[in-house]
Amino acid sequence: MTVTLVLVIAMAVLFACGVYLLLERSLTRMLLGFLLLGNALNLLLLVMSGAAGDPPIGKSSEGITDPLPQAFALTAIVITFAVSAFLLALIHRSWTLSRADEVEVDEADVAIRSARGESTDEDDTEVDTDTDTGGTPDDGHERHHEAPTDEREGSR
Amino acid sequence: MTFLVPLLVLVPLLGAAVALGLLRHQRIQRAITVAVLVVALAVAATLMVLVDQHGTIVVQVGGWDAPYGISLVVDRLSALLLTVSASVLLVVLLFSIGQGLAADDSEAPVTIFYPTYLVLAAGVLDSFIAGDLFNLYVAFEMLLVASYVLITLGGSEQRVRAGTTYIVTSLIASAIFLSAIGLVYGATGTVNIAQISERVAGLPDHVQLLLHTMLLIGFGIKAAVFPLAFWLPDSYPTAPAPVTAVFAGLLTKVGIYAIIRLETVIFPRPQLNEVLLVVAALTMVVGVLGAVSQTDVKRLLSFTLISHIGFMVMGVGLGSVAGTAAAVFYTVHHIVVQTTLFLVSGLMERIGGTTSTRSLGGLLKAAPLLAALYLIPAFNLGGIPPFSGFIGKLGLFRAAAIDGSPLAYVTIGAGVVTSLLTLYALMRVWDAAFWRPKPAAEPAAPHAAVAEPHETLRAPEPAPVTISETDGSVLTGGSVTVTDAASAGRASRPSPGTGEKARLPRMMVGVTTVAVLGSVALTVVAGPLYGYATRAAQSLESPVQYVQAVLGERP
Repeated sequence: MTVTLVLVIAMAVLFACGVYLLLERSLTRMLLGFLLLGNALNLLLLVMSGAAGDPPIGKSSEGITDPLPQAFALTAIVITFAVSAFLLALIHRSWTLSRADEVEVDEADVAIRSARGESTDEDDTEVDTDTDTGGTPDDGHERHHEAPTDEREGSR
Repeated sequence: MTFLVPLLVLVPLLGAAVALGLLRHQRIQRAITVAVLVVALAVAATLMVLVDQHGTIVVQVGGWDAPYGISLVVDRLSALLLTVSASVLLVVLLFSIGQGLAADDSEAPVTIFYPTYLVLAAGVLDSFIAGDLFNLYVAFEMLLVASYVLITLGGSEQRVRAGTTYIVTSLIASAIFLSAIGLVYGATGTVNIAQISERVAGLPDHVQLLLHTMLLIGFGIKAAVFPLAFWLPDSYPTAPAPVTAVFAGLLTKVGIYAIIRLETVIFPRPQLNEVLLVVAALTMVVGVLGAVSQTDVKRLLSFTLISHIGFMVMGVGLGSVAGTAAAVFYTVHHIVVQTTLFLVSGLMERIGGTTSTRSLGGLLKAAPLLAALYLIPAFNLGGIPPFSGFIGKLGLFRAAAIDGSPLAYVTIGAGVVTSLLTLYALMRVWDAAFWRPKPAAEPAAPHAAVAEPHETLRAPEPAPVTISETDGSVLTGGSVTVTDAASAGRASRPSPGTGEKARLPRMMVGVTTVAVLGSVALTVVAGPLYGYATRAAQSLESPVQYVQAVLGERP
């Protein structure tokens, strides 16, 4: 089974870009990432079918291209199409509701953070975790500020 | 009787098309949806009997023979799950119709609900009969796309946010599954499950391991197994109650079904069994710890859902007939009980105006029937002896003890702890929502609008503390007799609650009662059911039977 190196490289690049975009916070970028990923998957299906052969019409029945992966890719394209249409609608809905195109911070996470840091609202999360383990907020501040100085001393 | 098999997919899809055309005629739409699911249930039940008598039924779609065409395969495992799913789908549909008929409900389903629900049904039923990996993928996509619509139904801000998490996670799971299919095709040259099973043994070990792991990850995300379950409690609770109920009951179980198929037919070698057992133990413990820390009933139930997925994975991971049989039985039990609990939480939300255990209270006096409806499935899920939850867990633990490896015993320990903590979490809800009096008016701000109409009706109920204390002293006596109070509760309604009982739409309560009775009925028929599950597991013992049924006898 031989495959074109170009196809494999193209597939790898598409996968990489798709995954990168999916990791973004913006929904539109996630949609673009999903589209790239879908195309990468279609290429994967084609690559897996081996080297391209003759069209199945005409001459002999030997050496024709395997038609099954093409059918897979076609089905996958249709599904990708349906899902992207839905995602677009979702993005539009999210935009009309809140003018935001971003995945919001999870409510439960916010709840946990605020439950921990009731006394120290304005501080960052690291201070909050400190206060959780060790007594008063002031303690947390001190330890938090001490840690970097210790490191500096160590490096000297 | 082979013509019955494709009907399972065709009828719901055609029904969905017709229902979509009748968006303006809600009454006809409802009738069609109910009729379609009744037909599906009848077909599934017939198949369940036929398969048990005559063995696996295989349909080669379009008359193309096995490796070339698409095979639809119904063996005992499929038939059992088909029947249970079809009945759960029907019950939840009736519940949502009841919700829709109760006119004042803001959660009432919109017209697009019924066609989408039928597509979901087609997807779920199709994935149980797919004899072909790619067909399984298509079935998954069918049910997923329908579930995307259902989870964002109404398009409120909260649902869009929750839906995004769910959709993106599902997309990634599908992408992993599809690339696994591509790689399987590259390695074996087929996507027919029976043929893959034949050819996979000839592959080098590392290739097998790669394919096996990829498929397992793809299915694991759908089944919400521990490290891959993060999405579930964030997305399920925001959907309308019937949608959450059907998702919790069926969608994760489709993933479990795929894992059972994967471990018994596609990769029958015990390659990843230890991994599965470790994952099972972690799923149970982590899930239930999540449940214990929750204050919202729906989120709490979502976490117990995750933890109990661990039990099913445990049965599969044991890799023995006894283990698989117990896993199948537990799957059936869990589909019914978890769905019922979510339906009950929907009713609780309706009466109490919220699902937060902080502001719920006094429901025992307000709706004694509901209290019974909650308590029975809660005991069932926690595994109190007479119920099917106990039987399923006992079967799993026995299978693990027969296995006898240290890891199996660790898993048993995790399972016991999980059962106890599940019971604790569910009883905490019982305590907060039902036993204690209504907390002094401090409705949570975001729910104020929802709770408002109920507030006026709740006013004449001061719920004196002294009474609830005396109630507390007879706690044990009350909870023992409450088992058969489901029917009795209707007759003996106490006078102070009558004003509020009117708030409960009769149909929703009726359907929930049917669901609870169904979960109790599982206990009654546990013997035959367990026998059926064991026969299903025996026919999965070696993949040869499946392969012969699909591809025909080979020399």
